[in-house]
Parts: sequence; C-alpha cells; structure tokens
Amino acid sequence: MPGFLFPNAATEHARNVDWLFLCLILISAFYLAVIFGPMAFFIFKFRRGKKADRRPIRIKTWKIEIIWTVIPFFMMMGIFAWAADLYYQVERPPANALEAFVVGKQWMWKIEHAEGNREINELHIPLGRSIKLTMTSEDVIHSFFIPAFRVKQDVVPGRYVTEWFHPTKVGTYHLFCAEYCGANHSEMGGGIIVMKPEDYAAWLSAGAPRDSLAASGEQSFRNLGCSGCHMGNSVIHAPRLEGVYGGPVPLVTGQIVTADDQYIRDSILLPASQIAAGYSNAMPTFQGRVSEEQLVGLIAYIRSLANKNPPDNTIP
Amino acid sequence: MSAITISDTESPPAEENYLSAGHTVRSWLLTTDHKRIGILYLLSILIFFAVAAVAAGLMRMELLRPHGWFILNETYNKLFTLHGVLMVWFFLIPSIPAVLGNFVIPMMIGARDVAFPKLNLLSWYLFMVGGACVLYSIIVGGVDTGWTFYTPFSSTYSNTHVILMAAGIFIAGFGSILTGLNFIVTIHTMRMPGMTWFRMPLFLWSLYSTSLILILATPVLAITLALMALERIWHIGIFDPKLGGDPILFQHLFWFYSHPAVYIMILPGMGVVSEVISCFSRKEIFGYHWVAFASVAIAVLGFLVWGHHMFVSSQSIYAGMIFSVLSFMVSIPSAIKVFNWTATLYRGSISLQTPMLYALAFIGLFTIGGLTGLFLAALAVDVHLTDTYFVVAHFHYIMVGGMVTGFMAGLHFWWPKMTGRLYPEKPAQLAALIIFIGFNLTFFPQFIMGYLGMPRRYHNYAPEFQIYHILSTAGASILGVGYLMPVIYLIWSLRYGKIAGPNPWRACGLEWETSSPPPVHNFDQPPALPVKPYDYDTEADYG
Repeated sequence: MPGFLFPNAATEHARNVDWLFLCLILISAFYLAVIFGPMAFFIFKFRRGKKADRRPIRIKTWKIEIIWTVIPFFMMMGIFAWAADLYYQVERPPANALEAFVVGKQWMWKIEHAEGNREINELHIPLGRSIKLTMTSEDVIHSFFIPAFRVKQDVVPGRYVTEWFHPTKVGTYHLFCAEYCGANHSEMGGGIIVMKPEDYAAWLSAGAPRDSLAASGEQSFRNLGCSGCHMGNSVIHAPRLEGVYGGPVPLVTGQIVTADDQYIRDSILLPASQIAAGYSNAMPTFQGRVSEEQLVGLIAYIRSLANKNPPDNTIP
Repeated sequence: MSAITISDTESPPAEENYLSAGHTVRSWLLTTDHKRIGILYLLSILIFFAVAAVAAGLMRMELLRPHGWFILNETYNKLFTLHGVLMVWFFLIPSIPAVLGNFVIPMMIGARDVAFPKLNLLSWYLFMVGGACVLYSIIVGGVDTGWTFYTPFSSTYSNTHVILMAAGIFIAGFGSILTGLNFIVTIHTMRMPGMTWFRMPLFLWSLYSTSLILILATPVLAITLALMALERIWHIGIFDPKLGGDPILFQHLFWFYSHPAVYIMILPGMGVVSEVISCFSRKEIFGYHWVAFASVAIAVLGFLVWGHHMFVSSQSIYAGMIFSVLSFMVSIPSAIKVFNWTATLYRGSISLQTPMLYALAFIGLFTIGGLTGLFLAALAVDVHLTDTYFVVAHFHYIMVGGMVTGFMAGLHFWWPKMTGRLYPEKPAQLAALIIFIGFNLTFFPQFIMGYLGMPRRYHNYAPEFQIYHILSTAGASILGVGYLMPVIYLIWSLRYGKIAGPNPWRACGLEWETSSPPPVHNFDQPPALPVKPYDYDTEADYG
C-alpha cells in the first residue's frame, strides 16, 4: 500500500481494510466519472443559446431506470459481503490469544496483563502473537482506537467488550479514545508498543509483578469474604466455583446461561438477577464495594478454576 | 436574463400584497399567513445559523495549533455542542421545510393557506421558545455533552446545563411535529381540483416524505430526552449501569430519531434541486415517478438503518450486518435521483444562473457525501472510520454541501417571489463559486485526516494532523466570506433589485402564476392548472 495515502499498517487486518478502502475509492471514482462526465458534457453541449438537437427523447426511460438501479445494487451487495466478512473476523477473537484487561476511566486507560503487569496509557505487546483485550469502563463510554491496526471498540460501563489484533510490525502506535468522554477526552490516549518477543519477555520480567492477575484475584476472593461461602464447609448453601467458568449454568428460571466474563460480573454485582438452579437468593450485592480492577482479578481467578473439580466431600 | 422582459403593468408595485398588508410588529407576530410565517422562520434561523457559525469559526481557529492557544478544553467541548445543536435543530431541520416549504407549499397546490394556519404560527412560537432555552443555556454557561447527549455522560457525569438545552430541543420538537402534520394535511386535502398526486411538483413529494419523518420520528426524540432528564434529575435508572440501566439503549433510541432526521435534512434539498434543474434546463424532469418514489423510499428505509451508527458500540455483530446491508440499500434511491437529475440536462436548454449553480453544486457535493457514506456503511471500514474526521467530513458534505446548498438554491429561486425583486446575478454567481471552493477546501482534507486516524471532538491532537487542520481552517475562512456575500446583496436587493414580475424564470408551477410578492390570499384569480408538472417545451423555447 502506498504510504502517502494510507496510514501506518501494522497488522494483516489493517492491510485488508486498506484494500477494501482502495476498492471503495475506485468505485467512487467510477461513479464520479459516470455522473460528472456526462453532466459537464451536457452543460457544454446544451448551453442556452447554443445550437443543439433538443427534440424529446424517444426511448423507453424505464429501461434506463432499471439499469441504473440494478447495477449499483449488485455493486453495493458485493462491497457489503466483503466488508462484513472482514468485520466478522475482527469481532471474533481467536482462542489462543494472549490476554490483557483494560479499564477505561475519565481520562486514562488502566491495563493489566494476565501475568499481572500493570500499565497506564501504554500497552506493551509482543510481535507475532494475537492479543485479546477484555475491556470495561468505570464511568462513561470510552472507545479503544488503534489507527495503525484499524481496530476500534467502544468501552461501555457495565459490560465486558473484547478487541483483538495480531501485530506484524515492531513500533509504537497511537492509542486514542474515540468516544467523546468529557473535558479531557482528547488527552485520553497513549501508545501501543509492539516489541520483539525476546524484548517483550524481558519487559515482562523487569516489571516483576508480585502476583499474576489470577493470584491477585484469589487474594481479593479471600479479602472480600467470597471464600467464606463459596469454599470450605460453610453452612450457607452456595455454589462451588470449580469447573464453572465457560460451562452452562441452569438458572432457577429454567434458562441456561453460559458462565462467561459478563455472567461472573453480573453475579457479583447483581447476584439476585441470575440465580443458579438449586440455590436461594442469599448473596449480598458487591456493587460499590469492589473496583473494576478487583472484578477483573476475580474473574481471572474463577477462570483459573475452570479445569478443576470440587473436592468430593462437598455437596455439588 | 436578457430573454426575459418585464413590464410594470404585469405587476404594479402599488398592488396590495402579503408584505404591504400590515407594517406593525403586531401584524407580523400575530400573523397566520403562511408566507409571513415563512419569513419569520427565515429571520430566526439566520440568527441561529450566525451563532452556530461563529462557534465553528472559533473552533477552526483554535485547531490551527495541535495544542490549542486561546480556548480551554471545556470551552472547546461547549463550542462543538452548541454548533451541533443549533445547526441541526435550529437551522437545518427548519431551513427548507419551515422557510421555503411554508412559503410555497400552499401556492404550489393552488391553496390559500396551509390547513391549520393558527397551528402554523404556534409551531413558530414553539420553535422560538426552544431556541430561547438553548441560547439561555449558552449564556449561563453552556453544555458539554455534544449534540448526541450520549449517556451516562449526559445523564450522570456532565456538570453543565444539560436539562435546559434538552428542554429547548424538546419544545422545538413539538414545533416540528406540528409543521409536519400541517404539511401532510395540507397536501392531502387542499390540492386544487385536478391536481392529482402525480401532477404535484417533486418539491411537494420530498416535503411530504419529510413531514412523515417529522411526525413519526420526532416523538421518539422527545421520549429519549425526557428519559435522559428523568435519570439526571431523579436518578431513575434507565441508561446508567450504576443505576441498573443500559447506556446502549440510549443510542438505539437516539439514532432511531436522529438517523431519519438526517433525511429530514436532505430530502427537502433534493426537492428544491428537482425544481431548479428542470426550470433552468427548460425540460421536464427525467423519470418523474422514479424521483417521486425515491423520496418515499428514502423516508421508509431511513427508519431501518439507525444501527449503522453503532457498529463498534458492542451491539450484536449480526445486528451490525443487517444494518449494514440496509444502509447500502438506502443509497440506491439516492443514486436514482442523482442519475435522473443528470439525465434531465440531456437535450435541455441550460442556463447557469445562480439557483442552477447551487443545484449543480448540490449534486456534486451530495454525490461525494453519498459515496463516502458507502465507506461508512462497509462494516470493517467503518470500524476504523467511525468517530474520526472522516465522519465529520461525510456528514458536512451531506448537510452543508447538500442541504445548505439546496437551501441557497431555493432561496435564490424563490427570492423574487418572496420579495418581488431580483437579486443581482453576478455577485450571486460569484458567491456560489466562493462557497463551492471554500466548502471543498474546508472539508475534503478532513476525509484524509480521518482515514489517517484523527478522532473527532479532539481539542488537542497529534502534530502530524496539523497540515490538514490548517487547510481546513483556510477553507472555512473562504466559506465564511461566501456566506456573508448573500446577506449583503440580498438585503441590497430589497430596495435596489430589479422588479421581478410574476415569473422571472418563466418557470412552471402554480406559485409562478400569481404576482410577486403574492397577494394575502395567494391568487386573485384561480390559477390555471397545467396538464402535467414541468410542462417546459424545450424545443419551442430555444431549439
């Protein structure tokens, strides 16, 4: 792709979007030519006072109308399909991606890697790996926009959204907030730093986190008192959390939901909204008592229990 | 112009007309004459336009430097909110419908007035009360939410006068609803005998479609703003997740109104262009039925595409695909119109007077705006482009390049009818040219910086975008000069312009069969209905 017209492209997806963009420019040029070519010619040829053939047209106009309705229609459908295919790819993260969690707040990005490293307004990532971000906001809607990757995702309070990319070029790229979020919206940004894998490994260990994200989540799990009911031999009848993540959860309402990030989050903040079958509405809400970062840690911890089984001596 | 002779006997200046019927302030403020109400709207929207244009000018000056130099972040945010709110609701939406529509609709169908003249005046008062609320909210400190009022920022986090401004829009919205209702009833019930639907000028088809949108979509805006206010004042959880609400719900409701509202802001312009193109080509419009039904198709499809504003909002990706395919489909009727206008020129007798220059500029700028709409409807491309300057450029090409240009075409076209005098042709042609050049220089660089990744609503920006901002500001300065010129020569023409006579363009249409300015009840004798609309005989005229 020619660099003077197209911005830095640092992923395969970015180059794919550029090709589609180029195709749209060519289609636009085609339309401009078929509209303004004749228009300029008619204005010149049929200028008032100039001699010209002005007899009424004798052809069937509906045939012309059909032509200029149907041809654009098929061109549009072609572009739609191409763009929808790329969108489908960019909206669905691959399974083997490295993970990081992003919390947006007025006016900064707080990022925590699965390994436990934390950063603000910067994201260090290795070259040649797919990266999946799970994001939420503490306050208003923000948007995580990396022009060089051609990706953008609104970061919405109260829900988890994902964004993924697979960088193919080492470098530092702009990170912008693209959804207007108040006074310092235009300062809410930073950099995405794509490093060689060995440099990234060095960066990770230099950060020397005390705990991985899941381990700090386990810490919160005890500090907030979750373990009192959900672990050990409590008198309170609460579900064990081993093997829960990612599986189906039957609810008292008869519905079956998947225990994904959003479900775990809602179960912590709004426990009465989705009660697992066989249990009663005994859990207090943790709304206002747990920060977005703690939530992210708790979810990472519960996810780390996904492949474990509950001890035999407990009631399932 | 030389072909047209004007004799004073056709239109004696002393004749009683709607302007000479009363000179007191009271005779204006209590008028129920659709023509006077049109003039009231014209004066009011020009005031709002001027305020909003000053806001735009300040922003463009400020953006000359990457880190700003005379405006604070908070002020910048208030400026773009003010610019958006005033331009959308207090200039674009009323521009052609409430000014030109009010003035010519009854005359075009051979009627004495609209169906509900008192309601028509009430619409203007609601509009003015709404506008006063908005201006007052600016004086007491402004609002920083952007014209889109996205929650939970607007409902919980903003510390500005959100309720006051939303109330202004809410009240003015009822004015819009009543205007839409008035136009629909007028077109249904007050057409003169023999004026069937397919003898109506295309301007009426486009305003009929616009009115449908006004009455069906505007109530949703009122509901949305009311819900936002409920949450803001009494903390009733609707949109803020901390109160148990859903912020994306607001976007669905808001765009369910605001996307159709985009068509409120373009269909009337298309109507004007259909009139002007045929008149200055002296030729029947090509494909009348196709152009007429294209208006209705745009109005209907326009209700089904709101989700294309939300491709990255976290709505379902399958919903995104449906909205994308529908958005591509809404481009088809717009394309049909453009092709038909171009085909109208073929074998015409074309004169490039000012209304025609604006109409041709409309086709050009609207086409660019429409084509860049395809980029934004294309899902993966939109993910990159949404909320960048590409979007800003796109909708300015539609709304300024399209609607404002269409409004200028219509204003110059019907100016002789409204005032009885002709505007001076040469300065007007020059102004049209300056506006065209200034407009493109302002907004074309914004497409480029948008693709390069410059987000919109940014007060401070990365230095590599500066060159595009400088070009854009230079263009805006030229555009400003272009918009000042008509103010000067149109006021000049009120006193010194040539007497126009009933039909200076030798145009078809019943409004041209009465004197200029028209008498209070529009027609002294019932007009003669032509056998078909646009009954121009090109060959006999100039062949």
